[in-house]
Amino acid sequence: MSYLGYPDFFEPYIKKVEQTRPARVEKRKKGEEFPFMSLQERQDMLKYHPDYKDEGRREIKIGPSKGYRIAHEFVDLLEARSRVDPDEVNLSRIDYETDVLIIGGGGAATIAALIAEENGARVLIATKLRHGDANTMMAEGGIQGASKGEKDSPYYHYLDVMGGGHFKNDPDIVAAFVKQAPDALRWLEGLGVMFSKSPDGSLGAMHGGGTCRKRMHYCADLSGMEIMRTVRDEARNKKNIKVLEFSPAVELILNRYGQCAGAVLYNMETEEYLVAKAKALILATGGSGRLHIQGFMTTNHYGATADGIVIGYRAGVPLSFLHTVQYHPTGVVFPEQIEGWLITERFRSEGSDVLNVNGEKFVNEREPRDVESARFIKECLDGKGVPTPTGKVGIWLDSPMLDILHGEGRVRTAFVGKWKVYDRLGIDISKAPMLVYPTLHYQNGGLKDNAECETVVPGLYVAGEVTGGLHGENRLMGNSLMDIVVFGRIAGKNAATFARERARDGELILDHVRAYLKELKEAGIKTDRVAPMLLPDYTTAEVKEKQLTVSRLGTLR
Amino acid sequence: MSAKQTKKKSVATAVRQRTKKSTEAVVKEEKKVAARLIPIYIMGKRYEVPEGLTIMKAMEYAGYMLIRGCGCRGGTCGACGTVYRKPGDYKLMVALACQKTVEPDMYIAQIPFFPANRAAYDFAEVSAAPEEVFKLYPELFRCVACNSCTKACPQGIEVMDAVSALKKGDIAQAAQLSFDCIQCGLCTSRCFGELAQYHMFQLARRIYGARIVPRAEHLAEMVKAINQGKYDRCLDELREAGEDELKKLYQEREIEPISAGEDWKPKDTTHL
Repeated sequence: MSYLGYPDFFEPYIKKVEQTRPARVEKRKKGEEFPFMSLQERQDMLKYHPDYKDEGRREIKIGPSKGYRIAHEFVDLLEARSRVDPDEVNLSRIDYETDVLIIGGGGAATIAALIAEENGARVLIATKLRHGDANTMMAEGGIQGASKGEKDSPYYHYLDVMGGGHFKNDPDIVAAFVKQAPDALRWLEGLGVMFSKSPDGSLGAMHGGGTCRKRMHYCADLSGMEIMRTVRDEARNKKNIKVLEFSPAVELILNRYGQCAGAVLYNMETEEYLVAKAKALILATGGSGRLHIQGFMTTNHYGATADGIVIGYRAGVPLSFLHTVQYHPTGVVFPEQIEGWLITERFRSEGSDVLNVNGEKFVNEREPRDVESARFIKECLDGKGVPTPTGKVGIWLDSPMLDILHGEGRVRTAFVGKWKVYDRLGIDISKAPMLVYPTLHYQNGGLKDNAECETVVPGLYVAGEVTGGLHGENRLMGNSLMDIVVFGRIAGKNAATFARERARDGELILDHVRAYLKELKEAGIKTDRVAPMLLPDYTTAEVKEKQLTVSRLGTLR
Repeated sequence: MSAKQTKKKSVATAVRQRTKKSTEAVVKEEKKVAARLIPIYIMGKRYEVPEGLTIMKAMEYAGYMLIRGCGCRGGTCGACGTVYRKPGDYKLMVALACQKTVEPDMYIAQIPFFPANRAAYDFAEVSAAPEEVFKLYPELFRCVACNSCTKACPQGIEVMDAVSALKKGDIAQAAQLSFDCIQCGLCTSRCFGELAQYHMFQLARRIYGARIVPRAEHLAEMVKAINQGKYDRCLDELREAGEDELKKLYQEREIEPISAGEDWKPKDTTHL
């Protein structure tokens, strides 16, 4: 038996939502909002945020950011050995040679490849899974850029980015970002990205958490997928962009001039380690949701395991803002098949209320993500969360309001991706609300760089989620998709220029890996952990107990 | 055992230990969800898995470590196209392994890659004329309208209708019908005429987005204003402002009401 597709268990709870709905819709129509928190109230609320749990992190003992306190899961990977013994890698046997080597196959990587190629470079993309298998593909909500000059400008975008990031962001990076965002949109438009538009061609725009103007542009609820598949298609048209799939980088290679000059790649299917030589390198490996920090579920792609952080750090690049990770307020808690799955913020931008077990509003639905998540967690700790039959707790997101506010069929047309997935599970989200809870979503920080995507290592550029500085301590919705476009383009251009004008041909070395391993030993860290992780392991304990092979023999592990 | 082998062993142990925590968390969840085990056949081999799991999680439960056939785990990347058949049923079904929950006695095989024909082109030279698609994909007209593609689409796209639209030269309709295509390739795997529908649709969407839909004029104007240096000074001021000053400016921002229409204008226009 079920009620609107949910098990009967939920019937009384959904009915409460239905009871309060007409009055809430009326308030919406009148433009009455739940009050936003003051900056002080926001600060106080953040003590409920997982980032602020001190037992969740520890100091890293080695490397350029020694003493920095970050999540155990990151430290575990950074205080780990290399996957390969540097003495065993034959650097004089070059398997691949290119001008610009790009590690990663998502949005930032692909956009960087297009611009590097446009600037005359031969490009090799080496990526862990398939080209396009990345968090970019999963981004739904939209992409921020101040494009409507009558009410918005880069000035307001700047203020919003800084406010979201607790005013800690790198000002130069933010200024470059907001200034180049509109041109990035124009570039995407020219490639044929199908933005949701009015008949006259003007871009649809809406609010996101923490925005003061509606500047979230979008492609229905598949914004990232539409951008990713378009730029990937364009990359496939270019003879000078080659792609190596299932070949992640496991170490960076430097040359004797201290420049980044390639990477050791791992063919995951043949298990060979291969040497790729390049004149410049771009790390665009994305984020780390699959580390399941503090045991949280994640919205992230299978390959989001912080590989770039590990190999960049070993090569000497410090960390920046990695002490915060983003928990998206609205991940699915029930049905279990799609647990952890992201429900785009646009449901809230368009006017869906968030409600506790009594069907009451308790927060403005457009607070910055960290504050919104912390408030959800507090509501549940206060015993006002909605229980599930499987012993969890969540918050209602009242999607059916959108059909009432914007006209019948709104949910089905504007959120076609979400609607279909729920429909397969027997739930019509234009009739029934969704049950959500914060889920691990985005790595706010990463490798330190500047507005030119340069790191402390000459010839090593970074772009996208692997970097830290733009978003400060908390990213706003729609700024990650814009991040990959703006800084993907900058990294591509600068790497191509470096390859052409500054790269020197010198002996390839892995001395930095040896030095790192030595530092590990000297710090008294005894471990058999290896990193990068490459893929998470979801094999069950029962199976593992029976995987008894003592070592690899023949073709079997 | 040689030194090298010892090292490999410890690496494997390390990998296991490192991921123990998250794996255990996942296992606990799964046990709570579904205690009842049901039989499924992964490429013909029988395994018992908890009901309620997706095909992907069921394969992992059975002990598979996935490299191919697994991507976003959220139904948008197209990496995990899967075909299955139920006993006694002639009909071949399709699904995404990360979305479809297991059913008793289903026979499962993934199609992680399909060698489909993709035509390379110079987008700058491509116009909105229907012939552009015909030229790049002449096999379009091998379509016999059997509708196998539509039946094979895990997204429920009217694939054949979109192909028909291309044949008629209606690029806009093909683009719109195929908008939520995840390019898994299952349509192509079933196509009698050997069309690579999803590559054709990608071309159609790009032509539609860049050549048929009007460009955003407000965007072009903003880019022009930025290039003329219109906002350089106010951005410099913000960049140099101290945290207290920034906080003040932030709190004083005028917020566009959520219910505001397209014609809303802020009171303060000094920074526009």
